[in-house]
Amino acid sequence: MESKSRIDIISLFLFICIAAIGVASVYSATSEQGAYTLLEGRSGKQLMWFGVSAFLGIVIFLLNANFFEVFSWYFYVALMLLLVVVLVIGADINGARSWIRVGSFSIQPSEFAKYGTAFAVASLLSSIGVSFEKRNDLLKMLGVILLPAILIILQGDTGSALVFSSFVLVFYREGLTPLILILGLVVVFIFVVTLVYGGVYFSIGVLVILLVFYAFTYTNKNLLVPSITIAVLAILLSMSVQFLFTNILQEHQKKRIQVTLNLIEDNRGAGYNVNQSKIAIGSGGATGKGFLNGSHTKGNFIPEQETDFIFCTIGEEGGWVMSSLTIALLVAFILRLYHLASRAKKKFKRIFIFSLASIIFFHLMVNVGMTIGLMPVIGIPLPLVSYGGSSILAFSIFIFTALKMDATRDEDLISIYS
Amino acid sequence: MNNHRAGYIYLALLLIGVIYILRLLQIQVLDDKYAVIAEKISLRRQTVYPQRGLIFDREKNLVVYNEPVYDLMLSLPIRLKGIDTGSFCEILEIDRREFDKRLAKAKKRSYRGKSVFKKNVSNILYARVQERLYEFKGFFFEIRQDRNYKYNSAAHVLGYLGEINRNQLKKQEEGYYEQGDYNGKKGVERFYEDYLRGVKGEKYFYVDKFGVNKGSYKEGKLDVEPIDGNNLFLSIDIDLQQYGELLLNNKMGSVVAIEPQTGEVLALISSPFYNPANFNIQNRGKFYSKAINDPTKPIFNRAVSAPYPPGSTFKPVMALIGLEDGAISENTHFGCPGYYKLGRRIIKCHEHTYSTSLQRSIASSCNTYYCNTFKSMMQLDKYANTEEAYNSWRNYLQSFGLGAKLGVDVSGEFKGWLMDPSFYDKMHGKDRWSYANIISLSFGQGELGLTPLQMANVASSIANRGYYFPPHVVKQIEGIESIPQKYLIKKHIKVSPSNFSPVIEGMFEVTKTGTGSGVAIKGIDIAGKTGTVQNPHGKNHSAYMAFAPVNDPKIAIAVVVEESGYGATWAAPIAHLMIEHYLQPDSVEVSSREYLETKMKNSNLIPVKYRELQDASLYGK
Ligand SMILES: [Zn+2]
Repeated sequence: MESKSRIDIISLFLFICIAAIGVASVYSATSEQGAYTLLEGRSGKQLMWFGVSAFLGIVIFLLNANFFEVFSWYFYVALMLLLVVVLVIGADINGARSWIRVGSFSIQPSEFAKYGTAFAVASLLSSIGVSFEKRNDLLKMLGVILLPAILIILQGDTGSALVFSSFVLVFYREGLTPLILILGLVVVFIFVVTLVYGGVYFSIGVLVILLVFYAFTYTNKNLLVPSITIAVLAILLSMSVQFLFTNILQEHQKKRIQVTLNLIEDNRGAGYNVNQSKIAIGSGGATGKGFLNGSHTKGNFIPEQETDFIFCTIGEEGGWVMSSLTIALLVAFILRLYHLASRAKKKFKRIFIFSLASIIFFHLMVNVGMTIGLMPVIGIPLPLVSYGGSSILAFSIFIFTALKMDATRDEDLISIYS
Repeated sequence: MNNHRAGYIYLALLLIGVIYILRLLQIQVLDDKYAVIAEKISLRRQTVYPQRGLIFDREKNLVVYNEPVYDLMLSLPIRLKGIDTGSFCEILEIDRREFDKRLAKAKKRSYRGKSVFKKNVSNILYARVQERLYEFKGFFFEIRQDRNYKYNSAAHVLGYLGEINRNQLKKQEEGYYEQGDYNGKKGVERFYEDYLRGVKGEKYFYVDKFGVNKGSYKEGKLDVEPIDGNNLFLSIDIDLQQYGELLLNNKMGSVVAIEPQTGEVLALISSPFYNPANFNIQNRGKFYSKAINDPTKPIFNRAVSAPYPPGSTFKPVMALIGLEDGAISENTHFGCPGYYKLGRRIIKCHEHTYSTSLQRSIASSCNTYYCNTFKSMMQLDKYANTEEAYNSWRNYLQSFGLGAKLGVDVSGEFKGWLMDPSFYDKMHGKDRWSYANIISLSFGQGELGLTPLQMANVASSIANRGYYFPPHVVKQIEGIESIPQKYLIKKHIKVSPSNFSPVIEGMFEVTKTGTGSGVAIKGIDIAGKTGTVQNPHGKNHSAYMAFAPVNDPKIAIAVVVEESGYGATWAAPIAHLMIEHYLQPDSVEVSSREYLETKMKNSNLIPVKYRELQDASLYGK
């Protein structure tokens, strides 16, 4: 059985590939015409974070596999406390109070909160007797993911808070009714249609559909009440979306959404980043301008290029080939993690690994989507690629913990059968 | 069931991956709009200015050279932020208010992503700012060539540069110039602009958000090296020019000296003149209004722009025409009682022997002789009437290049005055005028105006015994086979060569025994003619025309000194000193003439009322 408790080579290989692309891109985005080497500056730091990660990975592999399961709630509670601490003593960077200064380093607890929450969710869902049928259990699940999300929103970092919605995928996978997901999609649909066409037109549209529906089904009296109810709910939702949008959302949030929906063109203000980002990626062509040769990257036209907009550098210098390859590698990595989740023998491990995969999925979708104008600008990093110590460390620990769980899956079999 | 659900999630993931890759295919490969935009945003073209051609004198002494001027530029002024304004102002020696004012202006005038923040920054300031430029993102220098001068001399010949004006910009055919480029405005800078300017090059490079250079585009494959302008060799002898300027110090007047065999101008002086360095790009703003407000008109190029009645210097020409037309012969004598009687009018002459030969009439400048000559020409039987006779006289003058521009390569040339018969028709009525009405033309007064250049060209034509080459100030353009063709075409005077001898003898007599003998030069045979030009506004203008040596002319010269007195007192000595300076620079005689030279240098003939309005800094003395 010795041979089977080894780290998953495919995941590790994909991890290293993605990290390498990241380090190279950070180097290109930050080094001024090769003013320093890969080992200096931000790319050097990025490498250092991966070094630390590798060290922590080894530590994780030396731990007993059950350690995590036993202490999962401690992780969660500790990290939630850290989120509260941040609110009190956190340093204000770019308008968000989400950093804690430790000596010369700043750490961002919200990046680690996902890790802790994954433990809590895995622990909660795998505990005996928990069911999606029970309202109390549902409230517990909601509470476990809403608590960090709300704390992070209070820090002023809405983007990072949205990441916790990826746990809904986990819940769905574990038995949550798909109605929630469908409802979520319907809400998004109504939201978009309302903003694009306006609440009034939406309501008229709904009424027209209702009339047509009624004309075909008027013989069936049973359908009348529910269909009217749905229509009224839809109209009410649309109205509240309109209200929410005009009265609750802040100006910059409104603009980001409007720019994404192509409702306004604002290439200097809210749309500046996306516009420059699209130009940088679009100008890369099929094979790119060559490593370190991206004129848009070198010109610092895109703010936060080494962090949230790192994909621009890949797209500009590596062209379609490299940007597609990067996406493909990330998708493959996520799929592999899903595979690891599915082959876990313990529910706790399955849910934990599945959470990790879903979080990376969400990051990939939102981060790349915003750089190519398919998503609103939500400031979250591209996992393992974007520059940033907290993000790199948090994801690495997360991944190594998952790999450790996978490596020891056969022991679970033994413990189950023994 | 849950495996089923996991499958949906995998599918969603794959779908997102495929959508994103297809979206990337669209914006990266299928749509090249973004590549175009990216280049527009980050690619810059910069003009590389060539070295403007240098200007040398005929002895290959460097006269005009280039000096860089630095314009402090600001790229994308709207993006300017995060610079330490305080220390920037301190380095630039401006206050915060001026900074804001300049920035506001720069924002308004931004052109092709850049605008001027401060023009003509001094060398010292340039060095100081350049050193710390990296701190002030967005600021950069544009270097252009201004002119500087080895001598405070020849300003009118050289001309100056200036920013190209809107009209020229619009009219240009090849689209060579851009807004803000310099071109020659006056003098040879203007006439030889096409040779001097060279060909601009260009450089392509990437810039960042602040417009800072981020390296060349395609390793400079598209860059074009500038081609330097052609050097110019003037026909001007800068030493002679300076000497003449010294003699005309504190005088209003002009000297033009020409090499007769070639038409090359050796010196072209208009006094007062300004220091050419005061009129370069950096300084002209400061000095222009001073020059405009100076009542002695230092910008006005008297040598080519001011028409003076030639006075008695015209007599040799009149004699040549009389001989050629048959009004007089070599042996014609006229008696002069000291005046010429015209009906009830008396035209005064001055004391000299009663009977006058042709030669003596020139040497002693007898008005009566020329009144008679003119009268007999106007009444020759071959002419049906006065108008026909006048036209014939006018034709002779036109062959000397009078009444029309000679086409010299110096700005502001005026054609002079030589009236059409219709002028007299209007004045007196058709066929109602005769020689009597225009008799003063015979001794160079009346409706006749010659620029000093035309006067010198007449001297040159007489020296050549019947021809001239159009005068010009450029001897050679480096890299070009010849100067403009029009300066190489010989122009013939409508007087046969044989008729020149008696006139030249008379002119030689002037410096031996006549009006110019007082300032004769030992060892050089000079043929000359003095003139004292009546000036209704003040003292007479002193004029002189000469060439030397008589038998092998090397220099022809005309001198006018305004409001000074007799031709023999001022113009003749200046001409003789210059002739000597040119022909015998090392002559021992120089010391014996020191008195004359000192007198010319030190006399101030500028009317007193003008003197206090002159600004010495303009002249650079
Ligand atoms: Zn007389």
